[in-house]
Amino acid sequence: MKRLVGASVPLLAALVAFLFGAIMILALGENPLSGLAAMFDGAFGTGDRIAATAVRAVPLLLVGAGITIAFRANVINIGGEGQIIAGALLSTVVALTIPDTPKIILLPLVILGGLIGGAIWGAIPGVLKAYASVNEILSTIMLNIVAVQLMNYLLRGPMIDPIEVDGSRIPQTERLTDNAALPTLIEGTRLHLGVPIAILAAIIVYIILWRTPLGFRLRAVGHNPDAARAAGISVERNIVKALAMSGALSGLAGVTLVFGSESLRMVTDGGSAGFTGSAGFNGIVAALFGALHPLWTIPSSFLFGALLTGATELQRELQIPNALAISLNGLIVLFVVSSDKVREWLARRLDSSTGQPINEPPSADSPPDQVATTSSGNDPETVA
Amino acid sequence: MSQFFTLSVLTATLATAIKFAVPYLLASLGETIGQRSGVLNLGVDGIMLLGAFGAYYTVLETDSHLLGLAVGLIIGLLMGLLYAVVTVFLHAQQGISGIGIFLFGLGFSDLLFQELVGSVKPVKPLPTLDKLPGVGGIFEPLVDIDILGPLVFDHDLMTYTAFLLVPVVTWLLNKTTFGMNVRAVGENPQAADSLGVSVARTRFIAIMFGCVLAGLAGATLALQLAVFQHNLTNGIGFIAVALVYFGAWQPRWVMAGALLYGLVTATRLRWQSLDIIPQGASDIAAMTPAIITILALVLLASRARGPAALTKPFTRH
Repeated sequence: MKRLVGASVPLLAALVAFLFGAIMILALGENPLSGLAAMFDGAFGTGDRIAATAVRAVPLLLVGAGITIAFRANVINIGGEGQIIAGALLSTVVALTIPDTPKIILLPLVILGGLIGGAIWGAIPGVLKAYASVNEILSTIMLNIVAVQLMNYLLRGPMIDPIEVDGSRIPQTERLTDNAALPTLIEGTRLHLGVPIAILAAIIVYIILWRTPLGFRLRAVGHNPDAARAAGISVERNIVKALAMSGALSGLAGVTLVFGSESLRMVTDGGSAGFTGSAGFNGIVAALFGALHPLWTIPSSFLFGALLTGATELQRELQIPNALAISLNGLIVLFVVSSDKVREWLARRLDSSTGQPINEPPSADSPPDQVATTSSGNDPETVA
Repeated sequence: MSQFFTLSVLTATLATAIKFAVPYLLASLGETIGQRSGVLNLGVDGIMLLGAFGAYYTVLETDSHLLGLAVGLIIGLLMGLLYAVVTVFLHAQQGISGIGIFLFGLGFSDLLFQELVGSVKPVKPLPTLDKLPGVGGIFEPLVDIDILGPLVFDHDLMTYTAFLLVPVVTWLLNKTTFGMNVRAVGENPQAADSLGVSVARTRFIAIMFGCVLAGLAGATLALQLAVFQHNLTNGIGFIAVALVYFGAWQPRWVMAGALLYGLVTATRLRWQSLDIIPQGASDIAAMTPAIITILALVLLASRARGPAALTKPFTRH
């Protein structure tokens, strides 16, 4: 029974958020049920739409899987946006530099470029946190800003489409070589190789975290850094690794955004959301909703992918702005992170009625409590 | 470059810098109060966006700046209520719940804007002192004073409010009982609790202060720019959070950080408009405040110590 309560609380949180969404649709003078129908139709109505939903889920899943690594190691990675951009930029540079390389070589190199770009952008806050006690929440946010400006600079200058130089100067690269495009899996839909890659990545993250010594060390550092250090595990090195791996997956998300797009080029509108679609933040939502478990993040990402594609249809059919989806995401985050206390309370109520002990030891798979507690970067022992 | 180093251009750039610093300053002063009580609020940007839209829409409909600012303040209060319940009573992880507040604000302000306004419609900007109805005439001669005029007298009332709040917040934190409680629950909530200070109530009020200032910061931004659009703040709220660390939790240093951001932005835009630097260099220059902040965090991390209980929910044992 208690297990059931534990599992149902996030769903309850989502239900409350959707109820709020229904009220908003009602307030906008539309029928919430026809709104829901339009969203469902938009997300799953045709094969092409299901494909669009899956494609939409890809960056969320990759970022989300990366988020679970960071969280298990007790670091908060809010730098998904910057890491996506860094990965996209480096992979685009690869494709621009050696466009005539055969696909079988170029595509892996492009993916590698994305992984490395994201890993670098993730490793920087990792190093700063591990060796200079800089709060990673702040450094990742600052690096998001740096990445956006770097993208703006490169796409307006060195990497701009040669046609645009004397033309309207739209800040975008030229159409990249088809040799680097993520192959379409089902002809006539947008379903591309990024979908299986993202699912595979989430499974690999699961295996790394729970089936390898590296994952054991990462989780040990996240669970109790002092005990990990006493056991001879380098806390510093594992913090860097966690953020680098987290960043690498976001970088891969950047690759899918460029090389899975129909325009096959990188474009900026000056902000980060214009390119990433806020996947760096929405990926956090997906990971949280997936209980910070890489495998649960898979269905969770598809759900949020559906929410985003559904919202597009909602806008087309009922003229309800798709910004509704983002605000619902925000509420879901709030409800999910607040639900621990509610769950505790519910469990206690159940316990008092059945007479079972209150303190159940946390299972190995439960998300770490109070991730933020040791992340302020101002731990007493680091104070000079 | 020579056309930049003339007295009038330098003065004008500095005056713009002061104006640009205002939303940063208001938001980060509020965040300072919250963090001193041990609560990190990463949702400042979302609250600013909601406050900005509320103020903008009110002015669009009623033409009253005062009403607009009041709406911004009330929105801050409501969002503060939500965030306080989530963090103080429900013990939500603060790094993440703030992102929830941010996404909600980002989406909801955009939703309301598209639904209620639709296209970019400018409103009247906040009047500077000499344009204030009734009393403006008194200040007119002051604005014409060399250097001092544009720097000190050519601003709107929110600018003076923001800078006046620096000593006020310092006084509030250091000289009042409330401030002492705030610092106590931020450093050692257990000890404060055992002395009879209500940790929950103190943090609740501190969060409310912070969010009200965030709402006002957004309202001020929208009314200074006299416009609203999707993601108007473009991350100002996140930078405001960083400025609190940058300023080592001291209002006067937080102000220095806000002025630095204002100065870099004003200089960059001025150079661009004078064609001193090309667009590309301007993009690079836009990174500098973020990089300076990171460097400052590296240098400060070993020197300044934040509130010991920052981000730690309090449970009575």
